[in-house]
Amino acid sequence: MKKQRRTGSRVFMALVFLFLYAPIFLMIIFSFNAGNSSVVWQGFSLHWYEELFQDRTIMRSFYTTILVSLLATVIATIAGTFAAVGFYSMRRRTRSALMTVNNIPMTNADIVTGVSLCLLFVTVFGGWNYLAENYRFTFNWLGTLYRLTLPKLSLGFGTMLIAHITFNIPYVILSVGPKLRQMDRNLVDAAQDLGCTWMQAFFKVILPEIKPGIISGALIAFTMSVDDFVISYFTAGSSVSTLAMEIYSMARRRISPEINAISSLLFVVVILLLTANNIREARAEKALAKRRY
Amino acid sequence: MSKELIRLVNCSMAFDGELVLDNMNLYFNDSEFLTLLGPSGCGKTTTLRIIGGFITPTSGEVLFDGVRMNDIPPHLRQVNTVFQRYALFPHLNVFENVAFGLRIGRTEEKEVNGKKKKVKVRIPQEEIRQRVLEMLEVVSLKGFENRRINELSGGQQQRVAIARALVNRPKVLLLDEPLGALDLRLRKDMQSELKRIQQQMGITFIYVTHDQEEALAMSDTIVVMDQGRIQQIGTPEDIYNEPKNAFVADFIGESNILDGIMHEDYVVEFFNRKFKCLDKGFAPMEPVDVVIRPEDIDIVPKEQGQLRGTVTSVTFKGVHYDTIVDFKGFKWLIQTTDYHPVGETIGIILNPDDIHIMHKSQYSGMFGDYSSYSEEYEEMDDVTMLDEEEEGSSREDGHEE
Ligand SMILES: Nc1ncnc2c1ncn2[C@@H]1O[C@H](COP(=O)(O)OP(=O)(O)OP(=O)(O)O)[C@@H](O)[C@H]1O
Ligand SMILES: [Mg+2]
Repeated sequence: MKKQRRTGSRVFMALVFLFLYAPIFLMIIFSFNAGNSSVVWQGFSLHWYEELFQDRTIMRSFYTTILVSLLATVIATIAGTFAAVGFYSMRRRTRSALMTVNNIPMTNADIVTGVSLCLLFVTVFGGWNYLAENYRFTFNWLGTLYRLTLPKLSLGFGTMLIAHITFNIPYVILSVGPKLRQMDRNLVDAAQDLGCTWMQAFFKVILPEIKPGIISGALIAFTMSVDDFVISYFTAGSSVSTLAMEIYSMARRRISPEINAISSLLFVVVILLLTANNIREARAEKALAKRRY
Repeated sequence: MSKELIRLVNCSMAFDGELVLDNMNLYFNDSEFLTLLGPSGCGKTTTLRIIGGFITPTSGEVLFDGVRMNDIPPHLRQVNTVFQRYALFPHLNVFENVAFGLRIGRTEEKEVNGKKKKVKVRIPQEEIRQRVLEMLEVVSLKGFENRRINELSGGQQQRVAIARALVNRPKVLLLDEPLGALDLRLRKDMQSELKRIQQQMGITFIYVTHDQEEALAMSDTIVVMDQGRIQQIGTPEDIYNEPKNAFVADFIGESNILDGIMHEDYVVEFFNRKFKCLDKGFAPMEPVDVVIRPEDIDIVPKEQGQLRGTVTSVTFKGVHYDTIVDFKGFKWLIQTTDYHPVGETIGIILNPDDIHIMHKSQYSGMFGDYSSYSEEYEEMDDVTMLDEEEEGSSREDGHEE
């Protein structure tokens, strides 16, 4: 009876994993298929990967993804860290209220974030472009007449970057905050007591203490950026596209095994990032446990 | 004549409208060992934080050498602090912890071409190394330079904290219950160690503790505090022999405190009997608190006693017995080296210098009655100490009814 139930639950587990990972497995396997088919195995080959690296559009979208993810990660990490420090020095009530506000965007559906950001950009840019078209500024400086034309703005890399920074910041705050709270409050006092200004104390004492939180925040942010499709889709406009967007548009045109190759790569990169972060956190946990004996 | 270094003038501190320090007036002399003594939550740490510059008093002035310092941040003050829970930097090793202040260097005001300028003084590497090693030797931690902080015992961390503060050669060192986490033996060792360092280096120590024995043993001056107010300032002898009110008498050592009436100079009445004493200057027939220290009372056969009572409990304390004696319903603590069994009727004799008279205060009637005596009463202080969150809650449970 008991044994039966156990095997039952095992079968169930196996089914769940099968459904979760079979598609990904298939995708990875067929990315190495020599032929054109996604159904018939025609022998192992790296053909599609070679194709991939020769495809200009894909490589461009790859660089775009890396660039936007890196920039967004750096900026969001710095901004998020300072925001977390700000939260930390607030009173508890204000802090928990702000943390709730901080957490909402993370649980929000991507599509809502994407559409609302898109709407914001379009509205603001619409107003700006109206100004740029109808007003020219001329002024006289040292006898020369200058004519100033405002540049027109449109969706593109910049707006996508802003969007990525926006949705990354909460993750950084969330991973830095607990590290700050674990820190002995007196450490900052002690540093100041020994001659540090607040800024020096931040760099010499707070930063080393919360470094693990910052790194894992940055890793999460980077993963989120690489992974993102919906928000990028709504904020990138038509001139730039990320890998995820490229895959989407390829899939709409024709099913090519190239898609399998690039998706497999993306999957592997994201998995590696997540694993790296998990290992780091587990190690940090152990070190902390040791510190407390 | 010693020089005055720091003075607090009418300092008050309130958190969220709650008064934590009430009109403190206090000065600190050069090379003095001054102890702030009081129960948990009485405002000792708050006083230190005001001097260290971590908080600004709600009202009143902080003067260093007569100069107002209220708004000067901590890094510009010539004091260093040993924090209540050490606050060592976990990411640095012992050497770097101690070297921290030296590596930062101090900004000093210097006259350059007749103008005052702020100059950052950097200390050369070799000097830093020497001073750190020297200081580690002073606190007996030679050879521990490369240890990580989490690899040290509580006592060792404690000494690193002291070295880290002292290596900067401050004029004043603030110590917030630095020995609180140590066991009794180590505490005694560190007490004499600290006293030696203080005398050797000629630095002013402002020392916070809730342990009265520690305060008596180490201090030049003791400031007894309760509920944000100074109750008494004096030498350890003054505080012990001539407490100002029932709170001080009870907090410093053990005391029997009785209601009495001062008939005239040198004559006090209690238990319907007049006793000779050494106190004067009270109004005629003024109600007073009478303090009698348990170790001053002489037990005699009942026929010879001025007062007669029955022993209700005896506890062996090593050097002496804590004997509780019932005098007409009022229980006294008497410390004697002779054993008197429970139930025995004894007499006592009080000499004039065994009796100390105090004016009535808000604390009258709250302390000094051993009716609810239990053997645990001595441990109470230590328990309170361990958990800061419970501030004040268990204060004096052992004495109140
Ligand atoms: N930052 C703060 N905000 C609000 N209340 C505070 C703050 N710091 C201290 N207090 C309150 O001030 C009172 C005195 O605190 P303080 O830390 O000075 O006590 P203490 O004498 O050092 O006690 P202990 O022996 O337990 O360390 C306490 O009631 C405490 O709750
Ligand atoms: Mg304290």
